[in-house]
Amino acid sequence: MYKYDEVDHRLVRERVEQFRDQTRRYLAGELSEDEFRPLRLMNGLYVQRHAPMLRVAIPYGHLSSTQLRKLSHIARTYDRGYGHLTTRQNIQFNWPALERVPDILAELAEVEMHAIQTSGNCVRNTTTDAFAGVAADEYLDGRAYCEIIRQWSTLHPEFAYLPRKFKIAVSGSADDRAATQVHDIGLHVVKNDAGEVGFKVIVGGGLGRTPLVGKTIREFLPTRHLLTYLDAVLRVYNRFGRRDNKYKARIKILVQAMTPEAFAAKVEDEWAHLKDGPATLRDEDVAHYASFFTDPAYEQLAANPEAFTVPLVSDAAFAKWVARNTRSHKRTGYRSVVLSLKKTGVPPGDITAEQMDAAADWADRFGFGELRVAHEQNLILPDVKESDLYEVWQLARQHGFATPNVGLLTDIICCPGGDFCSLANARSIPVAEAIQLKFDNLDYLFDLGDIDCNFSGCMNACGHHHIGNIGILGVDKNGEEWYQITLGGSQGNHTAIGKVIGPSFAQADVPLAFEKIMNLYVEQRLAGERFIETVRRIGLEPFKERVYAKSH
Amino acid sequence: MQNLIKNDAVTEDAWRLIRSEDESYDAAEDVILPLAAWLALDPAARSGQTAVWLAPDADLTVLWPALAQLPLIAIDFPAFTDGRGYSLARLLRERYGYQGELRAIGDVQRDQLAYLARVGFTVFAIRDDRPAEAALDGLRDFSDQYQATVLQPEPLFKRRTQR
Repeated sequence: MYKYDEVDHRLVRERVEQFRDQTRRYLAGELSEDEFRPLRLMNGLYVQRHAPMLRVAIPYGHLSSTQLRKLSHIARTYDRGYGHLTTRQNIQFNWPALERVPDILAELAEVEMHAIQTSGNCVRNTTTDAFAGVAADEYLDGRAYCEIIRQWSTLHPEFAYLPRKFKIAVSGSADDRAATQVHDIGLHVVKNDAGEVGFKVIVGGGLGRTPLVGKTIREFLPTRHLLTYLDAVLRVYNRFGRRDNKYKARIKILVQAMTPEAFAAKVEDEWAHLKDGPATLRDEDVAHYASFFTDPAYEQLAANPEAFTVPLVSDAAFAKWVARNTRSHKRTGYRSVVLSLKKTGVPPGDITAEQMDAAADWADRFGFGELRVAHEQNLILPDVKESDLYEVWQLARQHGFATPNVGLLTDIICCPGGDFCSLANARSIPVAEAIQLKFDNLDYLFDLGDIDCNFSGCMNACGHHHIGNIGILGVDKNGEEWYQITLGGSQGNHTAIGKVIGPSFAQADVPLAFEKIMNLYVEQRLAGERFIETVRRIGLEPFKERVYAKSH
Repeated sequence: MQNLIKNDAVTEDAWRLIRSEDESYDAAEDVILPLAAWLALDPAARSGQTAVWLAPDADLTVLWPALAQLPLIAIDFPAFTDGRGYSLARLLRERYGYQGELRAIGDVQRDQLAYLARVGFTVFAIRDDRPAEAALDGLRDFSDQYQATVLQPEPLFKRRTQR
C-alpha cells in the first residue's frame, strides 16, 4: 500500500486547516451559502435530507486495517455507528454535524486519509479493479499508476473548477472490472507488439441523464506520457466543455458534440506542446510508486488443503459461499474473500462499526492487514489462505457478512435513494429489500446465476442502473414514487446501456415484474446460458410481452 | 479602492479597468481594455500605458504577436467556479512565454488565491466587498504541490526521486 511521506502528510493537514477556516467563515456569515457550497463539496461534504453527508476517499478502494478501525471510530464518535460504501469505492457517513467535520478530517489525516475531491466539479477518486494485484487474470498491476494519478489529480491548481465532475478508472486485467467504458476517462493497461506497456485511452463514457459508452481516442499511450496526456485531455475539457447547463457539462457531451475524432485531434494538438515536458514519467518515478505495491510475504502453499476440501464436501452452505463469495488468487493456496454487504433488510453497502472492526481484525489475522472496497459496494479480504476459509466463513456469518450472493440477483448495487439523498426521486432501499425477500430461496437464486442488478433513485444514476443486466430507476410521477425497469445493460468488456422495457411500476409491483422476467429467462435459457446472454439472444420483446401481459 | 494584492501585500496602482467598450478614458491614463477595444486601438492616440483583459473564452492566438509589448494582461473570472482562466494563465506563461503581470479580475476571492498563484497569476484584484487584507492568507494555504505548474515546474514525483 502507498505510504505518505512528509509532503503528503503536510498537504493533507494543510487542506484540513483550510477547510476548518472555510467552515468557520461560513458559520460566521463571511461566506455565503452559494460560496461555501463548491468549497465544501470539494471536501466531500453534502447537505442532505437529514444532515450533512461526508464522503471519505478510499483511493482506488485500498484500505489498511488501521484505516478501517479509524473509520469505525468515526462512525461511532461522529455518526450513528455505521457507514455506507459507495460505487466509487469510497465511504459515506450520513449523520455528521457540520461543525465537527474539520475534526473528522483531522482524525482521518492521522491515518493518511482525507475527503479531498470526493465531490464537486473536479477530478474525483480514481477507481480500479478491487482485485488489482491479486487477481489470477491480471496481466499488469495498475496500482502504481492509480497512485500517480491520485497525486496528479489531488489539489491540481488548473483543474479545480471544471465544468462538471470528472471520473477516471484504470483496469489492468483481461476482464474489465472497473467499468472503464462508463467513465470520463477509462485507462486500460495494455502491451503493444514490441512488449512496451501503455494505456488504451477511452474518453466520454458516463451514465446519468445521457448514458454513453466511452470512445477510444488513443489505442496506445506509452506510460511515461500518462500525466502530460491527462493534462491535455483535461485542458481541452476545462476550456471547451459547456458551463451553461449542468446537464450538458460532462466531457461526454463535448466529445459527442465535437465527434470523438475531432476531440482526439484537439487533444493531440494540445498534447504536442506538453509531451516530453516536466511531468513526463521516468522509469525511476514509476519504480518509486510501484515499490509500494509489491507482493506481501506469501507462503508457498499447496492447493486444496484438507482444512478446505473436507468442509467443502461436508458443509453445503460453506460450499455455496466459497462458490459465490471467494475468487481465485494469483498465488496457489490463497483466495480473495468478498464480505457481502447485501444482506436482506440492510441497505446495500451499509456497514456497521462492529463489522468494520471485525473485518479489520480478520485482515490482520488471516491476511496482511489490507482490505479492498469493491465498486459493487462489498468489502474484500484480498489474501486468505484456503486453509483458513472455513474459519473466516464462520466468523463472517456471525457478523452478517456472509450472505452467499456475490454476483447474484440480490447482490444489488444501490444508491442511498430517497431515504437519505435529497436529489432522489424515489426510495431505493425498501424496493431493494422487497426484491431480496422475493428471491430469498438460495437454490433458486443460485440457479438464476450471474445477474448484475443496479438500482438508482434518480437520473444521476449513482447506482449505475444503465449497466445493470437488470436495472431500476426511481422516477417521480405527480409526486409519487415509480420505478422504471431496464434490461440488457452490462459492464466490463461488453459494456452496454440497458433499454427501458416499458411503462414504470408502482413500488409494490416491482418484485412481481422481476419474478416474471426471471421466469421467462428460466424457460428460455439454453444450457449454461447466463441471464444477460439470454436477453441478448432473444431481445427485449418477449420480456415486455410477459411483464405487461394482462393477467387472466 | 482597488483591493489589490501584489507582491504578497495589499496595494494600489494606477491601472484602471475598463469593463465596457463604451466606457471613456483619457489618453494619459493607464488602462486595461476589453480585448476587442484593445485590438482596434490606435497606439498613437495614447500616452498612458495600455493593457488588455480577457474573457475566459478568449482566443489567445490573436494576442500572440503583441505579447512581448504588453505590460499587463488581466483574466476575468465571471464566477469563481469558472475555471477556464486557470488554463489561460498556464498557456500564456508556459506556451507563449508571457513574462509581464498577470492579474486575476472578477469574482476573485481568498479561497482561489493559492491555485491562481500556482498557475501564474501575480496580482489579484479581490472582489470589492471582500477585504484584501484577509484574503492574503489564502496565498499561504498550501506549502507545496504535486503537479508541475508555473510556480513549481518540477512535479513532486521528480523531486522525490532526485533526493
